[in-house]
Amino acid sequence: MLLSPAAMHIPDGFLSVLVSVVLWLFSVAAIAISLRNVNKDLGERQVPLMGVLAAAIFAGQMLNFTVAGGTSGHLMGAAIATILLGPWAAILVMTCVVGVQALIFQDGGLLALGANIFNMGIIGVAVSYTAYQFFRKASGGKPWGIFVGGFVSAWLSIEIAALAVGLQLALSGTSPANIAVPAMGGIHAVIGIGEGLITVGALAFIFASRRDLLLGGVSTVRGGRAMWVVGLVIALALAILSPLASSHPDGLEWVAEQKGFLDAAQGPVYDLIPDYVFPGVSNEALATILAGILGALIVFGVALLVAYSRRHRQA
Amino acid sequence: MHVHFLDPYRPRPSLVHMLDARVKFVLLLAFILTNALLPVGAFPAYLLTFSLILAVEILSELGVVYVLKRSALALPFILAALPLLFTVKGPALFTLQLGSWSLALSQAGLERFVSIALKSWISLQAAIVFAASTSFPDILVAMRAVRLPRLLVAVFGLMWRYLFVLVDEVLRLMRARAARSGQSAEGRRAGGSLVWRARVAGGMAGNLFLRGFDRSERIYMAMVARGYDGEVRTLSQPALRLAHWMILTGGLLLLGILLIFALIFWG
Repeated sequence: MLLSPAAMHIPDGFLSVLVSVVLWLFSVAAIAISLRNVNKDLGERQVPLMGVLAAAIFAGQMLNFTVAGGTSGHLMGAAIATILLGPWAAILVMTCVVGVQALIFQDGGLLALGANIFNMGIIGVAVSYTAYQFFRKASGGKPWGIFVGGFVSAWLSIEIAALAVGLQLALSGTSPANIAVPAMGGIHAVIGIGEGLITVGALAFIFASRRDLLLGGVSTVRGGRAMWVVGLVIALALAILSPLASSHPDGLEWVAEQKGFLDAAQGPVYDLIPDYVFPGVSNEALATILAGILGALIVFGVALLVAYSRRHRQA
Repeated sequence: MHVHFLDPYRPRPSLVHMLDARVKFVLLLAFILTNALLPVGAFPAYLLTFSLILAVEILSELGVVYVLKRSALALPFILAALPLLFTVKGPALFTLQLGSWSLALSQAGLERFVSIALKSWISLQAAIVFAASTSFPDILVAMRAVRLPRLLVAVFGLMWRYLFVLVDEVLRLMRARAARSGQSAEGRRAGGSLVWRARVAGGMAGNLFLRGFDRSERIYMAMVARGYDGEVRTLSQPALRLAHWMILTGGLLLLGILLIFALIFWG
């Protein structure tokens, strides 16, 4: 049940050390900023709430419903956590959920945990937040904004996170981009519908019984605007990068370039073998994609820094 | 509470269980990092790390079969690396004809694929041994010892404490659903359309979250009543004994030497 491995949790060994470490750094930075914001904004009350809701999301993943032919859909939870708690607390909640899944249930690796937190926690939450806020604003506070926003943010959180997993696998040279990215994206476009339907069901229940939780909440969170931008940038970057990566004419060559690049990047470690050579292939497409990803990550980092300094000035 | 089947902790009177959780945690992370840094195709090195983890499994008295069985559960991810067999350039071992498609299985691709699978499998076993030989409170202590923020560790702790309570809630919700939607014959699905089923599951999830909200209010009140002021206080941990330091340095040295040798001979 809980032990069933989801395609989203990357085990150890599937990501190169470089990719793992970079994503760990981004996750640690995002968690640190979230901790600071949660501490200042929401105070001591939030600790039991986050703990119990993390447990609820974990337990809620057991609530499955049959789809067809023995498969079943269940909740990942990034979207619902974002809608109920706001982005900063949601990042911490998802970090705890993904962390326990890795540490206790071996659902996802430990070196790869940084990447898994990044995909499901940070990307999932940022994208959900952007989509949900957009629909809340567009609906002018009418209820349909909650439900449409809930569905879209749940679907997007799954889809964009899946594309990120595909790209990370491709970057690590574990799976060719022209197979990994469309496969991950395709499968999760369907899984995302299940997530969206459950999220809307949950929102409908909460709307009927505790409307106040949905009507206040998210939009009043401070530092939320930076998160909005981050979500938009991540969603756009991955939406543009993925087809670029996967439509590359020859996946074969791409992986070769890939491997060459990463070995070069790991130079200091592998310098013991001076005559290690890789085929001198043109790195143009690779450079484009890498630049895109690095750009998105840098923008992400800068946005978080801006959010952080803004908070400081307000305080 | 009848869901302790979730907890992978298996108490045994073994040396691995008795080892301080902080030492175990650091060694686990070092082992996984070493494993990840091993070059592709360094099969003798993989054999070394595998025998290392196998020795720990035997020492831990968990039963090698138990660990292997659990490690098989997480392997379907290997599918993601399967295309490597055919996409990495190199001399072809044999060619597969599928209509107009021809797939050439290269030796380099095979080596890379097997390397990824083995490394992943060995790391996984280490994580399984750790989770099965360390109780959750000890894991929290280890998290604090590696300087994870107090607030985050507190959320981790509360999450674990209430996970079992909420899983009980989920089981009650699912029993209620099964009782109401008439699960009749095997193979015949209960309930209406797909959207209807998803909405029911969603309603259950919403219910679960609301119960979680209410419960966290009560927990907060109970914490305040007991003197909670926003700071989660824990007993300070006893200092590591000399023997623990020796095990820690010995383990790290061993892994370091293994890595250096692997890089020199098979890099």
